[in-house]
Order: sequence, then C-alpha cells, then structure tokens
Amino acid sequence: MTTSSETTIPSGKTEQKRTHPWGRWALRLIAISYLVVLLVIPLLVILQDALREGLGEFWRQVTLPPASYALKLTLWTAAVMTIINTVMGILTAFVLVRYEFPGKRFLNGVIDLPLAIPTLVTGVMLVILFGPQQALGAWLKEKFDLSIIFAPPGIILALLFLTMPFVVRSVQPVLMHLDRAQEHAASTLGAGGWTIFRRIILPPLTLPIITGALLCFARAIGEFGSIVIVAGNIPFRTQTAAVYVFGEVESENRLGASAVSIVMITIALGLLLIANFLRLRSNKEST
Amino acid sequence: MTVTSSSPSYQKVENSQATWTDKVRRKWTGWLLITLVFGYVVFLIVIPILSLILGALKDGIGASLSSLNQPAIAAAFWNTLWISLLVVVIHGVFGTITAWVFVRDRFPGHDLLNALVDMPFAISPVVAGYMLLLLFGRGGMLAPLIDSLGIQVAFALPGMVLATLFVTLPFMIRELIPVLESFDIKQEKASFTLGASGWQTFWRITLPALRWGLIYGITLTFARALGEFGAVLVIGGGVQGRTETATLFIYRALDERQYIAAYSTALLLGLFSLLLVVGSDWLRRKEH
Repeated sequence: MTTSSETTIPSGKTEQKRTHPWGRWALRLIAISYLVVLLVIPLLVILQDALREGLGEFWRQVTLPPASYALKLTLWTAAVMTIINTVMGILTAFVLVRYEFPGKRFLNGVIDLPLAIPTLVTGVMLVILFGPQQALGAWLKEKFDLSIIFAPPGIILALLFLTMPFVVRSVQPVLMHLDRAQEHAASTLGAGGWTIFRRIILPPLTLPIITGALLCFARAIGEFGSIVIVAGNIPFRTQTAAVYVFGEVESENRLGASAVSIVMITIALGLLLIANFLRLRSNKEST
Repeated sequence: MTVTSSSPSYQKVENSQATWTDKVRRKWTGWLLITLVFGYVVFLIVIPILSLILGALKDGIGASLSSLNQPAIAAAFWNTLWISLLVVVIHGVFGTITAWVFVRDRFPGHDLLNALVDMPFAISPVVAGYMLLLLFGRGGMLAPLIDSLGIQVAFALPGMVLATLFVTLPFMIRELIPVLESFDIKQEKASFTLGASGWQTFWRITLPALRWGLIYGITLTFARALGEFGAVLVIGGGVQGRTETATLFIYRALDERQYIAAYSTALLLGLFSLLLVVGSDWLRRKEH
C-alpha cells in the first residue's frame, strides 16, 4: 500500500503543478479541516472537560459507585457476548464455507440484517418478544424465574444481535481461501475431524477471529439505543456506561459524564487500534 | 513419513477403513453443525424480526395504519429524512475529497488522521452527542460565537445534523479508499496528458470508476443516519414537533405506552433501512 502511493506521488505532483498549482493544497486543506472540525475538536473538548479539575477528581468520578458499577456491567456483558458470538461466529463461517445445504443463501443473507436495522428497533423487537407482559417473557419468568428484559440477559441478547456479523464476516474470507490439501494430508495420516480442525484449520484463522472478537467488544462498549429500551435505566442493576453518561448529562453532572465518556472512548479506541493493526498484519501476510 | 513408506500396504488398509467411518461421522457432525448454526441465527435474528412484525400488526393492519396516522409521526419522519439526506450529501462531497487526499497525497499527520477516521465506530453515540453539547450547549466553548451569529445549534436541528455527521463519518471514506487504491492512476494521467483539466478528469474518469464505492458508501451512511438515536437524543432533546426524529418518536411512544404506534413506526423505519441496504446489494449483484 505505502510503496504504491509513494511511487505515484512525485509524478502526480508534477502533473498537478502544471495544471493547478494550488489545487492539491486546496483539497488537502478541505480534507484536513473536515476531519479536524468533525472529529478532533469534539475529542479535545471532552478530554479537556474531563480533566479540568485534575486527575484526582477524574478518578473520583470514575470510581463513584454507580459509575464503576455501570462500567463493570458494560465490560462483563460485552465479554460474555463476545465469547458467545466468537464461538458461534466461527461455527457459522465454517458451516457457510464448508457445507452445501438448503437455505444456505437465506442464512448468509440473514447474518447481515443486524447491520441494516436501527439499534433502537432491535431493542423494540426484544421487548416485544421477551417483555414481562408478553407470552414468552411471562413463561420464562414463571418457569425458570428468568427475567430477560430489564435485566443483564436482555443486554447480552441485544449485543449478540448487533454484533452477529462481525466474527462471521472476518473469518469467512480467510476460511474460503484455505488450502484443503493440508487437511486431506492430515486425514490420510489418520487425524480425526476435531484434531484437523484444531491443528490445521484453526491456526490460520486466529488473527481474523481475534480481529472480529475485538470489533464485537469495541462495538458493545458504546451501545445505547437497544440497551436503553431493553434494560431501562436502573442504577446498580441495568445501567450500562452509555446509559449512565446519558443520565449524568440529563442531570447536568458534567464532570461525571465527561470522565466516564473518556474511559469508554479509551477502551473502545484501544481495541479498535489493535484490531486495525492485526488486520494490516494479516493483509500483509496474505499478499 | 518414513514409517508410512516402509509399510505401504498396511497403511492403505487402515486408511480406507478410517475414511469410511470418517465419512459417516463427518456427515453426522455436518448436520449437527448446520442445525446448531441455523437454530442460533433463527433464534437470535429471525424470531425477533418476526415478533416485531407480529407485534405491530397485533390489532390488525387497520389499527397499525391508523396509529401511524398522526402528525407527530409525519413530522418525525420528515426530520429523519432530510437530516439523513443532508448528511449523505455533505459526506458524499467531503468524504470523497478526503478519501482521494488520503490515497493520492502524503502530508505530515496523514497516518494519524487516517486512524482517527475510524473513531466514530468506537465512540458511543451518547458521547458523540455530549461532545457537541459541550461545544455548543449552555456555557459551551463555541456558544458565544454561535449566539452572536444568532444560530441555535444545541436542542435544534443544526446540532442533530452535526451529530449525525459525526456518527456516519467513516462509512464514505472507508468504502472509497480501497476503490481508489485499486484504481489505476494511469487513466488519470493519460487524461491530463490529453489536455483535460483536473475537473474534467475527475468528472469523466475518477467518478465513474468510483461509482460502486460511492453507491455503497451512500447506502451505509443513509441507513446509519436513519437509525441514529443516542446522539440526536442528547444534542436534540427530542422536543415533540421540533427536534423529534423517527427513532426519538419511537422512544417517546414507548414511554407513553402507545405500543401499536411505537411498534408500527419501528417496523416502518426498519423496513425502510432494510430496503435501502438490500436494494443497493441487489443493484451491485445485478451489475457483476
């Protein structure tokens, strides 16, 4: 990527110089100011706001009981979701790549639906299905004493729905291009299905699996629309970090809102950067 | 390896047996896996979608249609639609320029800015709206400037446009960068050599080559903008009849226990953005 653009720049520049000496500078200026206005300024403002009373006060706001509870709830529900969707995502990609069966195209299409549906609508769907007044929700409550809506399982279900495509779509292309000869060789040498899967198929998939899982987790940290519908806004029970920030903004506790926002941004951004780095590395390996 | 070659006949016998049992077992695990995956996807995605359809039509189509027939819903959809269209146009223009600059130009801070483009994916919509509130809200950093110009940004439509711009920023750029990278620069150069101006070259050569990237970027931006909720709730406040979008109406209707109206609006909005994505996918498949 870098080599190709490096070779094209010098020649491109001379072309531009002949026709429009300032054209390139104007475009560059437009692009940079577009990103600075929309991204950099808002980020700097919230960072400055969170730290305006010093690091000690920042830390105190983050560790206030409702804030730290919200952050912990966000992290553990995201972790549970990530584990489930990673396992199911690998299986789904495997089934889609390796088997032919009726309904395969349907299955492949349905997996992308969560990306096209507004997250608030996802929340509404789950409330209709599992709400305490609904048949299924009432039955689960009565038989198993299990609440889904206004409880952590609802949060996990909503997150599972939203992030379903990530691991599948990250693993699928790599799995498709795997060389089957190694598997045949292993099978000829007497290896069983599980051994082949673990020793031959899984290792090249490690990077895409981790990338997909990180994307799931990062996406889950900031989710608001579906969670506020499914879980409500009950401090110490179902209040996730995003819902907590919303509450603090409404009640004008600016410092608390900014501090928890910064923690969320840092976690999600860190994960995203790692995922990007891994993706670049796997691209390099495959080319 | 040496062991196998020293006793080929013995190996062969064991092998054919292994493949026979293996085949049966593989068939078994195959069906097991397919059923498991199918069950998971149906449970997680298909059933919730069906339950929304059933929920919205619970009292019959007539009831849901008449529940949709209120001025607040029309106003909310109108807001959603024009905010989304405006956002698509702005990102269409500036996103294309930015993607072009990222691919064809190098400048100090290039890589840092390129990494920052993905940030809105990682930032909660609530936080996005809150950042704008810090800038434009009461006592905000840019509030004096905005006030002197007589524009209201917070709790008004301009703020909601900005919030939607923020959350949808990456789509256009991320769709266009790979297309531009694989696009042969020789065509642009040839066009220059033949005496075309920069603008002509862009219009005749670059833009047609980018068509699919643009269509897909626009679709994703549009679909995301239609469904945006957290950011416009924080910056817009969801004032009925003024800053209420379709998602904000659903939120309020649920709160006011207007269930049929809430479910029907959710179904309508979901269908709308689904049709958008499926439609552009279909277009792309038709061409290839």
